[in-house]
Amino acid sequence: MKVPLRWLKEYVDLPWSVAELAERLTLAGLEVTGFRAVGVPPPTGLRLKSEFVSPVWDEEKVVIAEVLEVRKHPDADRLHLVDLNYGTGCLTVVTGATNLKPGDRGLKVVLARVGAVLIDGHSPERALRPLKPAKIRGVLSEGMVCSALELGIADEHEGILILDPDAPVGMPLAEYLGDIVLELDVLPSMARCLSMLGVAREVAALSEQPVRYPPTEVLFGPQEAATQVHISIEDANLCSRYAAMVIDSVRVAPSPTWLQLRLLLAGMRPINNIVDITNYVLLEWGQPLHAFDYEKLRDRAHGHVPHIIVRRARPGESLTTLDGQQRPLHGEHLVIADTAGPIALAGVMGGLETEVGPETQKVLLESANFDPVTIRRTARHFDLPSEASLRFSRGVHPDLVEPAARRAVEWMRQLAQGTVARGLVDVYAARPSEQRVHLSLAYVHRMVGYAIPRDDILRILRGLEFTVDEAGEDTWLVTVPRHRLDVQHGPADLVEEIVRIYGYHRIPPTLPREPLPDYQTPRDGQIEERIRDILVTLGCQEVITYSLTSIERERPFVGEGADYVRLLNPIHPERSVLRRSLLASVLAIAAQHLRDSPRLRLFELGYVYLPRAGEKFPDERRHLALVLCGPRLAEFWEGASSPPQDFFDLKGLLEGLFEALHLGQASQGNARVAWQPTNVTWLHPRRAAALVLRPLQSHTTTKGIASSSSDTSLLIGYAGQLHPQLHDTYELGRREVYVAQLDLEALWPHLPERFTCRAVASFPPVRQDLAVLVDESIVAERVREEIFAAGRPLLREVHLFDVYRGPNIPEGKKSLAWSLTFQAEDRTLTDKEISKLVQKIVDRLEKSLAAQLRAP
Amino acid sequence: MELEQLRQQALAQLEAVADETALSSWNSQYLGKNGLLTQALKRIAQLPPQERPSYGQQVNALKEALLAAFERKKSELHQQEIARSLAAEALDVTLPGRPVLRGRLHPATQVMRDILAIFAELGFQVYRSREVEDDLTNFELLNMPPHHPARDLWDTFHTTVPGVLLRTHTSPGQIHVMRQYCPRPIRVVLPGMCYRYEQITARSEIQFQQVEGLAIGESISLADLIGTLSTFAKRFFGGDRRIRIRNSYFPFTEPSIEVDVDCILCQGENAAGPSATATLPVSSCTLCKGTGWLEILGAGMVHPVVLRHGGYDPERFQGFAFGLGPQRMAMLKYGIHDIRLFWSNARHFLEQF
Ligand SMILES: [Zn+2]
Repeated sequence: MKVPLRWLKEYVDLPWSVAELAERLTLAGLEVTGFRAVGVPPPTGLRLKSEFVSPVWDEEKVVIAEVLEVRKHPDADRLHLVDLNYGTGCLTVVTGATNLKPGDRGLKVVLARVGAVLIDGHSPERALRPLKPAKIRGVLSEGMVCSALELGIADEHEGILILDPDAPVGMPLAEYLGDIVLELDVLPSMARCLSMLGVAREVAALSEQPVRYPPTEVLFGPQEAATQVHISIEDANLCSRYAAMVIDSVRVAPSPTWLQLRLLLAGMRPINNIVDITNYVLLEWGQPLHAFDYEKLRDRAHGHVPHIIVRRARPGESLTTLDGQQRPLHGEHLVIADTAGPIALAGVMGGLETEVGPETQKVLLESANFDPVTIRRTARHFDLPSEASLRFSRGVHPDLVEPAARRAVEWMRQLAQGTVARGLVDVYAARPSEQRVHLSLAYVHRMVGYAIPRDDILRILRGLEFTVDEAGEDTWLVTVPRHRLDVQHGPADLVEEIVRIYGYHRIPPTLPREPLPDYQTPRDGQIEERIRDILVTLGCQEVITYSLTSIERERPFVGEGADYVRLLNPIHPERSVLRRSLLASVLAIAAQHLRDSPRLRLFELGYVYLPRAGEKFPDERRHLALVLCGPRLAEFWEGASSPPQDFFDLKGLLEGLFEALHLGQASQGNARVAWQPTNVTWLHPRRAAALVLRPLQSHTTTKGIASSSSDTSLLIGYAGQLHPQLHDTYELGRREVYVAQLDLEALWPHLPERFTCRAVASFPPVRQDLAVLVDESIVAERVREEIFAAGRPLLREVHLFDVYRGPNIPEGKKSLAWSLTFQAEDRTLTDKEISKLVQKIVDRLEKSLAAQLRAP
Repeated sequence: MELEQLRQQALAQLEAVADETALSSWNSQYLGKNGLLTQALKRIAQLPPQERPSYGQQVNALKEALLAAFERKKSELHQQEIARSLAAEALDVTLPGRPVLRGRLHPATQVMRDILAIFAELGFQVYRSREVEDDLTNFELLNMPPHHPARDLWDTFHTTVPGVLLRTHTSPGQIHVMRQYCPRPIRVVLPGMCYRYEQITARSEIQFQQVEGLAIGESISLADLIGTLSTFAKRFFGGDRRIRIRNSYFPFTEPSIEVDVDCILCQGENAAGPSATATLPVSSCTLCKGTGWLEILGAGMVHPVVLRHGGYDPERFQGFAFGLGPQRMAMLKYGIHDIRLFWSNARHFLEQF
């Protein structure tokens, strides 16, 4: 909403500087987002950028002048000489303006004298240039008569600006027309401020003064309107009120200059006096109006009295709107029709056929109120945002229909010499009832948390034109003024009105003093952050990628035919579904990082979205993805380059994570993660592991890994080398890439909520090494489990320190060398105890795994 | 005179010793378990009894002398070693250090934690709710019935399941919290990813994080809201930040406000207050565009309709809600000019945090 302050001042005094006015309006909810200075310098202290290049009209050099005579240029057909009186002197200028011709005299124009800075009308970028004396075809011109374009008022011009006849000769133009236009961002709740009066009411309430309402008296002619038009509303839900007035014998012509300029500054284009008046009243009151050519309506009614019908469009109907477009209509569109069919798109745009034009002699003025939702939908459907549809779709109080219509017809009488038929033909189908709200001082104080004085409350509400009646001790019955629709939900709405006018900055800040709630944040969020921290200490860089992805991108990890949460309206095919896998996205980032850095360790901890059969919402699960590639260590100037990260870097990282989560430590958790050889399509078939969560009791069972798919085991993810076939898909080059993907939601129920810290042993640990020969087919983990099973509880730690194949080892066997740490909490272990335990372990290994003790 | 010969031989050899290895073999040759001195002592048995004490004394004296000489030599060698190391090992201290491979949190996580930590100290616990929502919770229960004009403020991604959409803000979480905890008091923050149907530009993203705050009780007031947000702004942006509150509009709060903080770059130089008489021309500050203020969040008192939908009786309960964008906060705090950097995960971006 553009508000020219010169116009606003008609309704209310502006007691502040422009900067302070802007600040106060902004704080009260009418945000000033920009401004335009018209012929005057930017206001002091207004910390906004001007949206418009505009010259400052010099008080001495840009003045109002009267045309004394227009003469032909002696040497040029298209040029004229204009003799001007500018109050303190006379001079002659040369002009090429098409709207001055020999014989014109008495016209008021704008004279710019040498030195005045104006917009260069010939420069495409609207550059500002000082005016120089010029000899035009031999005649010296010491100034020029200006167009609206050169003055910075309009973007286009048809000749020079002709001022209204009462413009005072000699007055500086800045004094006569100079203005500041504020650009306001009007919130949906403040739709009433899409009008000059609405803004004036805000200023009035903020500065504690009354609004000067414009007059709405009409000087009627002898005829009655009621006999000249009939009105029917088919659906009062869609049109609560429709009123018409009839104005005869109008003379359609350009509007007076002051009116055209006001519309221009407010952002509307002048058309003719009738249309301009409807727009002027729309801007003044916020009530859209529409003018029909009455004769055309009567023609359509075959000479009968026109019958306006507000109804839904019927199938097959269409309407050619003012912009010349023929628009097919549907049942959801509300139209203004007569007996012959639609004549306007209600509240959106008029029809071309019944438009007011230069020949129009009689006008039917529509002032009506339409359903916001319908208008909004229709304007959207046809992509026809207009000043009218903007206001109707935000809601206009139907009581405004009458004053706006009266104001408009009186202008038409005065400015277009029309005769107004008596009366408003008015069908008020759904008059909103009076809105009354009970308000108590205690409520205001409780809600605000500060005792705004009672008198201030009353003064503010009355200043906003609420009627306040005492309803008891410090309670009131407040009646909402009949221009507002936003007070719908009782006293909370009134508190907002009170506080925004009182000033938020006057409320002393406090902190909540109520006791804190007793419930506790769920544990998973804390674990999630802990996992991030652990991975960071393990040298990993966190990434966060889009949850929106494409099925193609993820197919290698998700497979064919998986169900996705799909978008109905994606902005791009690459972002059309919610992901089911993190890895595909993290690999895309890895590829990007590998272009300029050889080494990476990336992780993402985020959601995947798995649709569930028969459920409305997907399962949103937190997953973890890890990607490792490139040298184990960063490049350094000394020594050879580091070997690349491999499977065991990845495994070490994950083991570090599980250990830090206390997963799998004897006295702490209830489950541990087992690494099983596996086969998944996206991992190297010989370097792939399934991570399986197993209850800790499995140590004491005789079940091996082969039976780990029992009920008590739970697959939580995979880790291994990314399948080399996928490198090209993700543009990863030829280096080995190691990846892991874990379902954290499966993990957290098994993470111990707390752990018991063991005493620091005061008796020395005893380390004993043990090397055994086993079949190649026996995995290390199996051997470890057997050692543990036999050595517990004095066996504290088992650590594999060497794997050996080669000379002295039979074909098909391998040597595994373990370091065993024994420790008791209550005594120093004797050599005899140790050797007994070691023997027990060896026996068990021989029995269950056919292992052989390797000679020490 | 055998002993005197031994002494001379030993001292002469010790003189010639030049390193620790030679010293240690000299030590075992003379002073070791089977060294020459031990052998000399053993010969005492062959002597007549009256000569034995004197011989024993001589051997002991010799042993002490050799020990002392050994210690002297040892210390001498050590000093030589130090002198050598001091002379030889002059490092180029300007060579780069061996890189330590440091992991990092994504800047969005870091900023999110900063925000949540401040609110945690103000008593707000974290609550999470789903990202895939329905129209009912994302809009209707938040006082936006179908065709409500305020819905235009949120451009929405719809899914192929009718009525199911990607949440456009964290506010639907308010409904979930209230329904879970009613009628107990509430003080939570709801962090999470939100989605908007928008073009991706330097200023707008299709997904972004939000932190919603919600406090419900019998006396949680607007003044409490202002105090809470003012504390947050000071703690997050540091210094003597001032906040400015503008009236605003959200369908789910009443009154609704927007909060600006004075510009952290130009210190909100001379930002006009209602009574200030500002005279500075529009400055060229790139962050606040010369206005002196940065818009940081929206907030308000929970709308009575929303309270009712959450199960709370607005006659008895009241509270406030706020919503802020961690990405916007990070952009303001660190001078980031392009929101796309966050999910691009550009290495040079991540490695600055
Ligand atoms: Zn600034």
